[in-house]
Amino acid sequence: MSGFLDIKGLTLRLRGGPTILRSVSLRVASGKVHGLVGESGAGKSTIGKAVLGTLPRAIEITGGEIWLDGVNLLALPPRERRRRIGATAALIPQDPLTALNPSKRIGPQITRRLIDILGWSKADANRRARDILDEVHIPDVARVMRSYPHELSGGMRQRVLIASAFAAEPKLIVADEPTTALDVTVQKQILRLINEMRARHGTALLFVTHDLGVVSKVCNSLSVLYAGKVVEEAQMHRFFTQPIHPYSRALLAATPTYLDPDGSLQPVPAEVIQEVETEVHQHAQRAGYDV
Amino acid sequence: MGARLWLSGTWLGLLALAALFAPWVAPHDPLAQDLFLGRLPPFWMDGAEPGYWLGTDSLGRDVLSRMIHGARIALMVALIAGTLTCLIGATLGVLAGFYRGWSDRIISRLVDIWMAFPPVLFAILLIAVLGPGLLSIILAIVIIDWTRFARVIRAETLSQGAMDYVASAQVAGRTRFSTMIAEILPNILPTVIALLTLEMGIAVIVEAILSFVNLSISTDSPTWGGMIAEGRTSVHQAWWVLVFPLFTLFLTVLSFSQLGEGLKDRFDPVLR
Repeated sequence: MSGFLDIKGLTLRLRGGPTILRSVSLRVASGKVHGLVGESGAGKSTIGKAVLGTLPRAIEITGGEIWLDGVNLLALPPRERRRRIGATAALIPQDPLTALNPSKRIGPQITRRLIDILGWSKADANRRARDILDEVHIPDVARVMRSYPHELSGGMRQRVLIASAFAAEPKLIVADEPTTALDVTVQKQILRLINEMRARHGTALLFVTHDLGVVSKVCNSLSVLYAGKVVEEAQMHRFFTQPIHPYSRALLAATPTYLDPDGSLQPVPAEVIQEVETEVHQHAQRAGYDV
Repeated sequence: MGARLWLSGTWLGLLALAALFAPWVAPHDPLAQDLFLGRLPPFWMDGAEPGYWLGTDSLGRDVLSRMIHGARIALMVALIAGTLTCLIGATLGVLAGFYRGWSDRIISRLVDIWMAFPPVLFAILLIAVLGPGLLSIILAIVIIDWTRFARVIRAETLSQGAMDYVASAQVAGRTRFSTMIAEILPNILPTVIALLTLEMGIAVIVEAILSFVNLSISTDSPTWGGMIAEGRTSVHQAWWVLVFPLFTLFLTVLSFSQLGEGLKDRFDPVLR
Protein backbone atom coordinates (compact mmCIF):
# COMPACT_ATOMS: atom_id res chain seq x y z
CA MET A 1 0.00 0.00 0.00
CA SER A 2 1.41 3.36 -0.91
CA GLY A 3 0.99 6.16 1.59
CA PHE A 4 -0.59 9.55 1.22
CA LEU A 5 2.71 10.94 2.39
CA ASP A 6 5.59 8.84 1.21
CA ILE A 7 9.13 9.83 2.11
CA LYS A 8 11.79 7.82 0.30
CA GLY A 9 15.45 7.89 1.27
CA LEU A 10 15.40 11.52 2.40
CA THR A 11 18.91 12.72 3.17
CA LEU A 12 19.63 16.21 4.53
CA ARG A 13 22.73 17.90 5.68
CA LEU A 14 23.91 21.20 7.02
CA ARG A 15 25.41 23.15 4.12
CA GLY A 16 29.08 22.21 4.20
CA GLY A 17 28.54 20.34 7.43
CA PRO A 18 27.37 17.06 8.93
CA THR A 19 24.50 14.92 7.72
CA ILE A 20 21.25 15.45 9.63
CA LEU A 21 18.90 12.88 8.11
CA ARG A 22 20.27 9.60 6.76
CA SER A 23 18.12 8.08 4.06
CA VAL A 24 14.88 8.38 6.00
CA SER A 25 11.88 6.53 4.59
CA LEU A 26 8.41 6.54 6.05
CA ARG A 27 4.84 6.62 4.91
CA VAL A 28 1.61 7.92 6.31
CA ALA A 29 -1.52 6.27 4.93
CA SER A 30 -4.59 8.35 4.14
CA GLY A 31 -6.52 9.13 7.29
CA LYS A 32 -3.98 7.40 9.54
CA VAL A 33 -1.75 8.73 12.29
CA HIS A 34 1.95 8.07 12.11
CA GLY A 35 4.11 8.86 15.11
CA LEU A 36 7.65 10.09 14.83
CA VAL A 37 9.59 9.56 18.05
CA GLY A 38 13.17 10.02 19.12
CA GLU A 39 15.41 12.01 21.43
CA SER A 40 15.95 15.72 21.09
CA GLY A 41 18.12 16.36 18.06
CA ALA A 42 17.25 13.07 16.37
CA GLY A 43 15.72 14.96 13.46
CA LYS A 44 11.99 14.52 14.13
CA SER A 45 11.00 18.14 13.61
CA THR A 46 13.36 18.44 10.66
CA ILE A 47 11.39 15.77 8.81
CA GLY A 48 8.20 17.75 9.45
CA LYS A 49 9.86 20.91 8.18
CA ALA A 50 11.12 19.16 5.06
CA VAL A 51 7.60 17.97 4.28
CA LEU A 52 6.13 21.45 4.76
CA GLY A 53 8.93 23.25 2.93
CA THR A 54 10.03 25.34 5.89
CA LEU A 55 13.58 24.05 6.29
CA PRO A 56 16.05 26.77 7.25
CA ARG A 57 18.30 27.84 4.42
CA ALA A 58 21.32 26.36 6.16
CA ILE A 59 19.99 22.86 5.53
CA GLU A 60 20.18 21.33 2.09
CA ILE A 61 18.43 18.28 0.71
CA THR A 62 21.04 15.99 -0.81
CA GLY A 63 18.84 13.06 -1.75
CA GLY A 64 15.49 11.36 -1.63
CA GLU A 65 11.91 12.05 -2.55
CA ILE A 66 8.88 13.40 -0.71
CA TRP A 67 5.66 12.22 -2.31
CA LEU A 68 2.57 14.09 -1.17
CA ASP A 69 -0.73 12.98 -2.68
CA GLY A 70 1.01 11.37 -5.63
CA VAL A 71 3.37 14.25 -6.44
CA ASN A 72 7.08 14.37 -5.66
CA LEU A 73 7.40 17.77 -3.95
CA LEU A 74 11.15 17.93 -4.42
CA ALA A 75 10.76 17.73 -8.20
CA LEU A 76 8.48 20.78 -8.33
CA PRO A 77 9.62 24.38 -8.86
CA PRO A 78 9.45 26.40 -5.60
CA ARG A 79 6.30 28.37 -6.42
CA GLU A 80 4.35 25.30 -7.48
CA ARG A 81 5.63 23.36 -4.45
CA ARG A 82 4.49 26.11 -2.07
CA ARG A 83 1.03 26.19 -3.65
CA ARG A 84 0.76 22.42 -3.52
CA ILE A 85 1.77 22.23 0.16
CA GLY A 86 -0.55 25.12 1.06
CA ALA A 87 -3.48 23.37 -0.56
CA THR A 88 -2.94 19.87 0.86
CA ALA A 89 -1.05 20.16 4.13
CA ALA A 90 -1.08 22.19 7.33
CA LEU A 91 0.90 22.55 10.53
CA ILE A 92 -0.06 22.39 14.17
CA PRO A 93 2.98 24.08 15.72
CA GLN A 94 4.67 23.39 19.00
CA ASP A 95 4.45 26.69 20.81
CA PRO A 96 1.01 28.31 20.76
CA LEU A 97 2.50 31.47 22.24
CA THR A 98 4.53 32.36 19.16
CA ALA A 99 2.50 30.63 16.48
CA LEU A 100 -0.08 33.37 16.09
CA ASN A 101 0.87 36.76 14.74
CA PRO A 102 0.67 39.07 17.79
CA SER A 103 -0.43 42.10 15.81
CA LYS A 104 -3.41 40.52 14.04
CA ARG A 105 -6.84 39.50 15.22
CA ILE A 106 -7.69 35.79 15.34
CA GLY A 107 -10.38 35.87 12.63
CA PRO A 108 -8.20 37.11 9.76
CA GLN A 109 -5.41 34.74 10.79
CA ILE A 110 -7.73 31.79 10.16
CA THR A 111 -9.39 33.11 7.01
CA ARG A 112 -6.16 34.27 5.37
CA ARG A 113 -5.26 30.88 3.97
CA LEU A 114 -8.81 30.19 2.78
CA ILE A 115 -8.88 33.45 0.85
CA ASP A 116 -5.29 33.39 -0.40
CA ILE A 117 -4.80 29.75 -1.34
CA LEU A 118 -8.26 28.39 -1.98
CA GLY A 119 -9.70 31.61 -3.39
CA TRP A 120 -12.76 31.69 -1.14
CA SER A 121 -14.87 34.81 -0.75
CA LYS A 122 -14.46 36.75 2.47
CA ALA A 123 -17.97 35.92 3.66
CA ASP A 124 -17.49 32.19 3.05
CA ALA A 125 -14.13 32.21 4.78
CA ASN A 126 -15.58 34.00 7.81
CA ARG A 127 -18.45 31.55 8.05
CA ARG A 128 -16.00 28.66 7.81
CA ALA A 129 -13.79 30.18 10.52
CA ARG A 130 -16.76 30.51 12.87
CA ASP A 131 -17.85 26.92 12.22
CA ILE A 132 -14.40 25.46 12.74
CA LEU A 133 -13.83 27.45 15.95
CA ASP A 134 -17.14 26.15 17.17
CA GLU A 135 -15.99 22.64 16.33
CA VAL A 136 -12.92 22.92 18.58
CA HIS A 137 -15.23 23.91 21.45
CA ILE A 138 -14.34 27.56 21.71
CA PRO A 139 -16.93 29.50 23.68
CA ASP A 140 -18.07 32.90 22.41
CA VAL A 141 -16.66 32.47 18.92
CA ALA A 142 -17.55 36.00 17.80
CA ARG A 143 -15.47 37.53 20.59
CA VAL A 144 -12.50 35.22 19.98
CA MET A 145 -12.51 36.08 16.27
CA ARG A 146 -12.08 39.74 17.20
CA SER A 147 -9.44 39.09 19.89
CA TYR A 148 -5.71 39.50 19.63
CA PRO A 149 -3.66 36.38 20.48
CA HIS A 150 -2.40 37.77 23.79
CA GLU A 151 -5.97 38.04 25.04
CA LEU A 152 -6.36 34.25 24.97
CA SER A 153 -4.89 31.57 27.24
CA GLY A 154 -2.31 29.06 25.98
CA GLY A 155 -4.87 26.27 25.73
CA MET A 156 -7.29 28.51 23.84
CA ARG A 157 -4.56 29.53 21.44
CA GLN A 158 -3.69 25.90 20.76
CA ARG A 159 -7.39 25.29 20.01
CA VAL A 160 -7.35 28.21 17.61
CA LEU A 161 -4.26 26.77 15.92
CA ILE A 162 -5.90 23.37 15.59
CA ALA A 163 -8.99 25.00 14.11
CA SER A 164 -6.79 26.99 11.76
CA ALA A 165 -4.96 23.84 10.65
CA PHE A 166 -8.22 22.03 9.86
CA ALA A 167 -9.99 25.05 8.34
CA ALA A 168 -8.90 24.42 4.77
CA GLU A 169 -9.62 20.66 5.01
CA PRO A 170 -6.00 19.60 4.40
CA LYS A 171 -5.39 15.92 3.75
CA LEU A 172 -2.24 15.88 5.86
CA ILE A 173 -1.42 17.68 9.06
CA VAL A 174 2.03 17.78 10.61
CA ALA A 175 1.70 18.15 14.38
CA ASP A 176 5.06 19.22 15.79
CA GLU A 177 4.97 18.33 19.49
CA PRO A 178 1.61 20.06 19.82
CA THR A 179 1.28 19.44 23.55
CA THR A 180 4.82 20.03 24.75
CA ALA A 181 4.35 23.69 25.65
CA LEU A 182 1.08 23.13 27.51
CA ASP A 183 0.52 22.07 31.09
CA VAL A 184 -0.51 18.51 31.79
CA THR A 185 -4.24 19.01 32.33
CA VAL A 186 -4.58 20.94 29.07
CA GLN A 187 -2.39 18.42 27.21
CA LYS A 188 -4.99 15.70 27.59
CA GLN A 189 -7.83 17.84 26.31
CA ILE A 190 -5.78 18.98 23.34
CA LEU A 191 -4.80 15.41 22.43
CA ARG A 192 -8.41 14.31 22.63
CA LEU A 193 -9.40 17.28 20.48
CA ILE A 194 -6.80 16.51 17.80
CA ASN A 195 -7.94 12.91 17.71
CA GLU A 196 -11.58 13.88 17.48
CA MET A 197 -10.99 16.42 14.71
CA ARG A 198 -8.79 14.05 12.75
CA ALA A 199 -11.32 11.22 12.91
CA ARG A 200 -14.17 13.52 11.83
CA HIS A 201 -12.26 15.06 8.93
CA GLY A 202 -10.41 11.91 7.85
CA THR A 203 -7.07 13.73 7.91
CA ALA A 204 -3.74 11.93 7.86
CA LEU A 205 -1.46 13.03 10.68
CA LEU A 206 2.30 13.01 11.07
CA PHE A 207 2.68 13.28 14.82
CA VAL A 208 6.09 14.42 16.01
CA THR A 209 6.71 13.80 19.71
CA HIS A 210 9.16 12.42 22.24
CA ASP A 211 6.40 11.08 24.45
CA LEU A 212 5.67 7.38 23.89
CA GLY A 213 2.61 7.68 26.12
CA VAL A 214 1.13 10.21 23.70
CA VAL A 215 2.03 7.98 20.75
CA SER A 216 0.24 5.01 22.26
CA LYS A 217 -2.93 7.07 22.57
CA VAL A 218 -3.18 8.60 19.12
CA CYS A 219 -1.02 6.76 16.56
CA ASN A 220 -1.62 3.79 14.27
CA SER A 221 2.03 3.29 13.44
CA LEU A 222 5.35 4.91 14.27
CA SER A 223 8.96 5.41 13.30
CA VAL A 224 11.72 5.52 15.87
CA LEU A 225 14.50 7.89 14.96
CA TYR A 226 18.06 7.92 16.24
CA ALA A 227 20.67 10.41 15.00
CA GLY A 228 18.76 11.05 11.81
CA LYS A 229 18.17 7.40 10.97
CA VAL A 230 14.99 5.35 11.28
CA VAL A 231 15.91 2.42 13.51
CA GLU A 232 12.46 0.86 13.62
CA GLU A 233 9.19 1.35 11.79
CA ALA A 234 6.25 -0.53 13.22
CA GLN A 235 2.53 -0.83 13.65
CA MET A 236 1.45 0.48 17.03
CA HIS A 237 0.29 -2.78 18.55
CA ARG A 238 3.35 -4.75 17.54
CA PHE A 239 5.72 -2.04 18.74
CA PHE A 240 4.39 -2.01 22.28
CA THR A 241 4.10 -5.77 22.62
CA GLN A 242 7.31 -6.86 20.91
CA PRO A 243 9.70 -4.08 19.90
CA ILE A 244 12.42 -5.45 17.63
CA HIS A 245 15.25 -2.96 17.86
CA PRO A 246 17.19 -2.82 21.15
CA TYR A 247 16.97 0.98 21.14
CA SER A 248 13.18 0.76 20.91
CA ARG A 249 13.15 -1.67 23.82
CA ALA A 250 15.34 0.67 25.84
CA LEU A 251 13.08 3.63 25.03
CA LEU A 252 10.03 1.70 26.16
CA ALA A 253 11.82 0.72 29.36
CA ALA A 254 12.63 4.37 29.97
CA THR A 255 8.96 5.38 30.06
CA PRO A 256 7.97 6.10 33.66
CA THR A 257 4.83 4.44 35.00
CA TYR A 258 2.29 6.16 37.13
CA LEU A 259 2.45 3.74 40.07
CA ASP A 260 6.22 3.57 40.40
CA PRO A 261 7.60 6.82 39.00
CA ASP A 262 11.12 6.49 40.45
CA GLY A 263 11.73 2.77 40.04
CA SER A 264 10.42 2.64 36.49
CA LEU A 265 12.73 5.36 35.17
CA GLN A 266 15.38 3.33 33.34
CA PRO A 267 17.98 5.31 31.42
CA VAL A 268 18.89 3.96 27.99
CA PRO A 269 21.86 1.59 28.73
CA ALA A 270 25.27 2.58 27.39
CA GLU A 271 25.61 -0.68 25.40
CA VAL A 272 22.43 0.12 23.50
CA ILE A 273 23.65 3.61 22.69
CA GLN A 274 26.94 2.08 21.57
CA GLU A 275 25.09 -0.39 19.40
CA VAL A 276 22.94 2.21 17.65
CA GLU A 277 25.93 4.49 17.15
CA THR A 278 27.79 1.63 15.44
CA GLU A 279 24.77 0.83 13.32
CA VAL A 280 24.36 4.43 12.20
CA HIS A 281 28.07 4.63 11.51
CA GLN A 282 28.12 1.49 9.40
CA HIS A 283 25.09 2.67 7.50
CA ALA A 284 26.82 5.98 6.85
CA GLN A 285 29.92 4.24 5.55
CA ARG A 286 27.91 1.98 3.27
CA ALA A 287 25.98 4.93 1.90
CA GLY A 288 29.21 6.89 1.59
CA TYR A 289 28.49 10.12 3.44
CA ASP A 290 30.44 11.73 6.20
CA VAL A 291 29.18 11.43 9.79
CA MET B 1 -2.62 56.46 30.73
CA GLY B 2 -1.20 58.63 28.00
CA ALA B 3 -0.14 61.64 30.09
CA ARG B 4 3.30 61.75 28.52
CA LEU B 5 1.81 61.25 25.10
CA TRP B 6 -0.43 64.30 25.64
CA LEU B 7 2.21 66.48 27.25
CA SER B 8 4.85 65.78 24.65
CA GLY B 9 2.31 65.95 21.82
CA THR B 10 1.02 69.33 23.03
CA TRP B 11 4.50 70.83 23.27
CA LEU B 12 5.52 69.58 19.84
CA GLY B 13 2.19 70.67 18.37
CA LEU B 14 2.58 74.20 19.74
CA LEU B 15 6.13 74.33 18.49
CA ALA B 16 5.06 73.15 15.04
CA LEU B 17 2.31 75.79 14.86
CA ALA B 18 4.69 78.52 15.99
CA ALA B 19 7.25 77.41 13.40
CA LEU B 20 4.70 77.19 10.62
CA PHE B 21 3.30 80.68 11.27
CA ALA B 22 6.55 82.21 12.52
CA PRO B 23 6.30 85.50 10.58
CA TRP B 24 2.86 86.18 12.10
CA VAL B 25 3.47 84.74 15.57
CA ALA B 26 6.88 86.28 16.30
CA PRO B 27 6.46 89.71 17.91
CA HIS B 28 9.57 91.17 16.23
CA ASP B 29 11.80 90.75 13.24
CA PRO B 30 14.32 88.13 14.43
CA LEU B 31 17.16 89.89 12.63
CA ALA B 32 16.37 93.52 13.54
CA GLN B 33 19.15 94.97 15.66
CA ASP B 34 18.78 97.91 18.00
CA LEU B 35 21.82 98.61 20.10
CA PHE B 36 19.81 100.87 22.44
CA LEU B 37 17.71 97.83 23.39
CA GLY B 38 20.70 95.50 23.96
CA ARG B 39 20.60 92.89 26.75
CA LEU B 40 17.09 93.63 27.94
CA PRO B 41 16.08 91.13 30.67
CA PRO B 42 12.91 88.94 30.44
CA PHE B 43 9.56 90.45 31.42
CA TRP B 44 9.50 89.69 35.15
CA MET B 45 12.84 91.35 35.93
CA ASP B 46 13.65 94.99 36.60
CA GLY B 47 14.49 96.98 33.50
CA ALA B 48 12.36 94.83 31.18
CA GLU B 49 10.83 96.51 28.18
CA PRO B 50 7.18 95.62 27.33
CA GLY B 51 6.89 93.57 24.14
CA TYR B 52 10.28 91.88 24.61
CA TRP B 53 8.95 88.93 26.65
CA LEU B 54 12.14 86.93 26.92
CA GLY B 55 14.56 89.83 26.65
CA THR B 56 17.06 90.68 23.93
CA ASP B 57 20.62 89.68 23.12
CA SER B 58 23.67 91.94 23.05
CA LEU B 59 22.71 93.28 19.60
CA GLY B 60 19.17 94.07 20.75
CA ARG B 61 17.48 91.21 18.84
CA ASP B 62 14.33 89.76 20.42
CA VAL B 63 15.10 86.34 21.97
CA LEU B 64 11.54 84.99 21.68
CA SER B 65 11.26 85.89 18.00
CA ARG B 66 14.62 84.32 17.25
CA MET B 67 13.62 81.14 19.07
CA ILE B 68 10.37 80.91 17.09
CA HIS B 69 12.21 81.31 13.81
CA GLY B 70 14.86 78.86 15.00
CA ALA B 71 12.13 76.28 15.57
CA ARG B 72 11.46 76.26 11.82
CA ILE B 73 14.90 74.94 11.03
CA ALA B 74 14.99 72.59 14.02
CA LEU B 75 11.68 70.97 13.11
CA MET B 76 12.39 70.86 9.40
CA VAL B 77 15.65 69.02 10.06
CA ALA B 78 13.90 66.73 12.56
CA LEU B 79 11.12 65.74 10.18
CA ILE B 80 13.07 65.37 6.95
CA ALA B 81 16.29 63.90 8.33
CA GLY B 82 14.43 61.67 10.80
CA THR B 83 12.11 60.24 8.16
CA LEU B 84 14.83 59.68 5.58
CA THR B 85 17.14 58.05 8.11
CA CYS B 86 14.32 55.81 9.25
CA LEU B 87 13.34 54.75 5.74
CA ILE B 88 16.86 53.89 4.67
CA GLY B 89 18.02 52.30 7.94
CA ALA B 90 14.85 50.33 8.62
CA THR B 91 14.66 48.99 5.08
CA LEU B 92 18.24 47.74 5.21
CA GLY B 93 17.65 46.32 8.71
CA VAL B 94 14.56 44.37 7.65
CA LEU B 95 16.29 43.03 4.54
CA ALA B 96 19.33 41.91 6.53
CA GLY B 97 17.26 40.37 9.32
CA PHE B 98 14.74 38.63 7.11
CA TYR B 99 16.79 37.33 4.19
CA ARG B 100 20.00 36.83 6.17
CA GLY B 101 22.70 35.14 4.06
CA TRP B 102 24.82 37.44 1.92
CA SER B 103 22.56 40.49 2.22
CA ASP B 104 22.94 40.31 6.00
CA ARG B 105 26.68 39.87 5.72
CA ILE B 106 27.10 42.91 3.49
CA ILE B 107 24.77 45.19 5.48
CA SER B 108 26.11 44.15 8.90
CA ARG B 109 29.72 44.59 7.82
CA LEU B 110 28.87 48.02 6.43
CA VAL B 111 27.24 48.99 9.74
CA ASP B 112 30.29 47.81 11.69
CA ILE B 113 32.63 49.85 9.53
CA TRP B 114 30.34 52.88 9.66
CA MET B 115 30.09 52.85 13.41
CA ALA B 116 33.85 52.88 13.84
CA PHE B 117 33.90 56.54 12.67
CA PRO B 118 33.49 59.12 15.45
CA PRO B 119 30.08 60.60 14.54
CA VAL B 120 30.63 64.29 15.35
CA LEU B 121 33.94 64.42 13.47
CA PHE B 122 32.30 62.57 10.62
CA ALA B 123 29.52 65.16 10.51
CA ILE B 124 31.93 68.10 10.58
CA LEU B 125 33.99 66.48 7.84
CA LEU B 126 30.91 65.90 5.71
CA ILE B 127 29.72 69.50 6.10
CA ALA B 128 33.21 70.71 5.22
CA VAL B 129 33.01 68.70 2.01
CA LEU B 130 29.36 69.42 1.19
CA GLY B 131 29.48 73.06 2.26
CA PRO B 132 27.19 74.50 4.94
CA GLY B 133 23.45 74.64 4.40
CA LEU B 134 20.20 72.95 5.36
CA LEU B 135 20.58 70.20 2.77
CA SER B 136 24.08 69.36 4.00
CA ILE B 137 22.90 69.01 7.58
CA ILE B 138 20.10 66.68 6.57
CA LEU B 139 22.43 64.61 4.40
CA ALA B 140 25.01 64.41 7.16
CA ILE B 141 22.43 63.14 9.66
CA VAL B 142 21.09 60.54 7.25
CA ILE B 143 24.53 59.33 6.26
CA ILE B 144 25.68 58.99 9.85
CA ASP B 145 22.60 57.71 11.63
CA TRP B 146 21.06 55.07 9.36
CA THR B 147 23.16 52.48 11.19
CA ARG B 148 21.18 53.03 14.39
CA PHE B 149 18.00 51.87 12.63
CA ALA B 150 19.66 49.13 10.66
CA ARG B 151 21.08 47.47 13.77
CA VAL B 152 18.01 47.60 15.97
CA ILE B 153 15.53 46.69 13.23
CA ARG B 154 17.72 43.83 12.03
CA ALA B 155 17.76 42.32 15.53
CA GLU B 156 14.02 42.80 15.89
CA THR B 157 13.34 41.21 12.50
CA LEU B 158 15.61 38.27 13.33
CA SER B 159 13.69 37.53 16.52
CA GLN B 160 10.31 37.87 14.80
CA GLY B 161 11.47 35.68 11.93
CA ALA B 162 12.20 32.82 14.32
CA MET B 163 8.62 32.73 15.56
CA ASP B 164 6.27 29.92 14.57
CA TYR B 165 3.73 32.24 12.99
CA VAL B 166 6.20 32.98 10.23
CA ALA B 167 6.59 29.25 9.52
CA SER B 168 2.80 28.88 9.55
CA ALA B 169 2.44 31.66 7.01
CA GLN B 170 4.96 29.92 4.76
CA VAL B 171 3.14 26.60 5.04
CA ALA B 172 -0.04 28.44 4.10
CA GLY B 173 1.63 29.39 0.83
CA ARG B 174 2.75 32.96 1.42
CA THR B 175 5.84 33.95 -0.53
CA ARG B 176 8.85 35.09 1.45
CA PHE B 177 8.43 38.68 0.34
CA SER B 178 4.78 38.84 1.28
CA THR B 179 5.55 37.16 4.61
CA MET B 180 8.02 39.95 5.30
CA ILE B 181 5.58 42.71 4.38
CA ALA B 182 2.33 41.34 5.75
CA GLU B 183 3.42 39.29 8.76
CA ILE B 184 6.66 40.68 10.13
CA LEU B 185 6.43 44.38 9.32
CA PRO B 186 3.32 45.05 11.47
CA ASN B 187 5.15 43.55 14.44
CA ILE B 188 8.24 45.70 14.15
CA LEU B 189 6.29 48.88 13.42
CA PRO B 190 6.04 49.92 17.10
CA THR B 191 9.83 49.75 17.36
CA VAL B 192 10.25 51.67 14.12
CA ILE B 193 7.99 54.44 15.41
CA ALA B 194 9.79 54.69 18.73
CA LEU B 195 13.14 54.86 16.93
CA LEU B 196 11.84 57.39 14.43
CA THR B 197 10.80 59.91 17.06
CA LEU B 198 14.01 59.28 18.97
CA GLU B 199 15.90 60.01 15.77
CA MET B 200 13.96 63.24 15.32
CA GLY B 201 15.16 64.33 18.74
CA ILE B 202 18.71 63.37 17.84
CA ALA B 203 18.43 65.32 14.57
CA VAL B 204 17.44 68.42 16.56
CA ILE B 205 20.51 67.98 18.76
CA VAL B 206 22.84 67.39 15.82
CA GLU B 207 21.50 70.48 14.07
CA ALA B 208 22.07 72.47 17.28
CA ILE B 209 25.62 71.14 17.63
CA LEU B 210 26.45 72.00 14.04
CA SER B 211 25.07 75.50 14.34
CA PHE B 212 26.88 75.86 17.66
CA VAL B 213 30.17 75.30 15.86
CA ASN B 214 28.92 77.57 13.09
CA LEU B 215 28.66 74.84 10.47
CA SER B 216 24.93 75.11 10.01
CA ILE B 217 23.17 77.42 7.59
CA SER B 218 24.14 81.06 7.05
CA THR B 219 24.37 83.23 10.15
CA ASP B 220 21.41 85.45 9.29
CA SER B 221 18.90 82.64 9.89
CA PRO B 222 18.47 82.22 13.63
CA THR B 223 19.04 78.72 14.98
CA TRP B 224 18.88 77.41 18.55
CA GLY B 225 22.45 76.20 18.38
CA GLY B 226 23.64 79.53 17.05
CA MET B 227 21.78 81.37 19.83
CA ILE B 228 23.39 79.14 22.44
CA ALA B 229 26.80 79.86 20.95
CA GLU B 230 26.19 83.61 21.00
CA GLY B 231 24.69 83.50 24.49
CA ARG B 232 27.70 81.66 25.81
CA THR B 233 29.95 84.71 25.39
CA SER B 234 27.72 86.95 27.51
CA VAL B 235 26.29 84.44 29.94
CA HIS B 236 27.31 86.50 33.00
CA GLN B 237 25.60 89.68 31.79
CA ALA B 238 22.61 88.16 30.00
CA TRP B 239 21.96 84.55 30.99
CA TRP B 240 18.57 84.52 29.23
CA VAL B 241 20.13 84.56 25.78
CA LEU B 242 21.68 81.17 26.56
CA VAL B 243 19.14 79.59 28.90
CA PHE B 244 15.89 79.97 26.95
CA PRO B 245 17.03 78.29 23.73
CA LEU B 246 18.84 75.63 25.73
CA PHE B 247 15.70 74.85 27.71
CA THR B 248 13.57 74.79 24.55
CA LEU B 249 16.02 72.41 22.94
CA PHE B 250 15.93 70.19 26.01
CA LEU B 251 12.11 70.15 26.15
CA THR B 252 11.83 69.41 22.45
CA VAL B 253 14.24 66.48 22.44
CA LEU B 254 12.62 65.07 25.58
CA SER B 255 9.17 65.44 23.99
CA PHE B 256 10.25 63.56 20.89
CA SER B 257 11.47 60.58 22.87
CA GLN B 258 8.40 60.56 25.12
CA LEU B 259 6.11 60.84 22.13
CA GLY B 260 7.81 57.79 20.67
CA GLU B 261 7.39 55.73 23.82
CA GLY B 262 3.76 56.80 24.09
CA LEU B 263 3.02 55.95 20.46
CA LYS B 264 4.77 52.63 20.80
CA ASP B 265 2.46 51.68 23.65
CA ARG B 266 -0.51 52.80 21.59
CA PHE B 267 0.49 50.77 18.54
CA ASP B 268 1.57 47.60 20.27
CA PRO B 269 -1.45 45.33 20.71
CA VAL B 270 0.28 43.40 23.48
CA LEU B 271 0.94 46.50 25.58
CA ARG B 272 -2.30 48.26 24.74
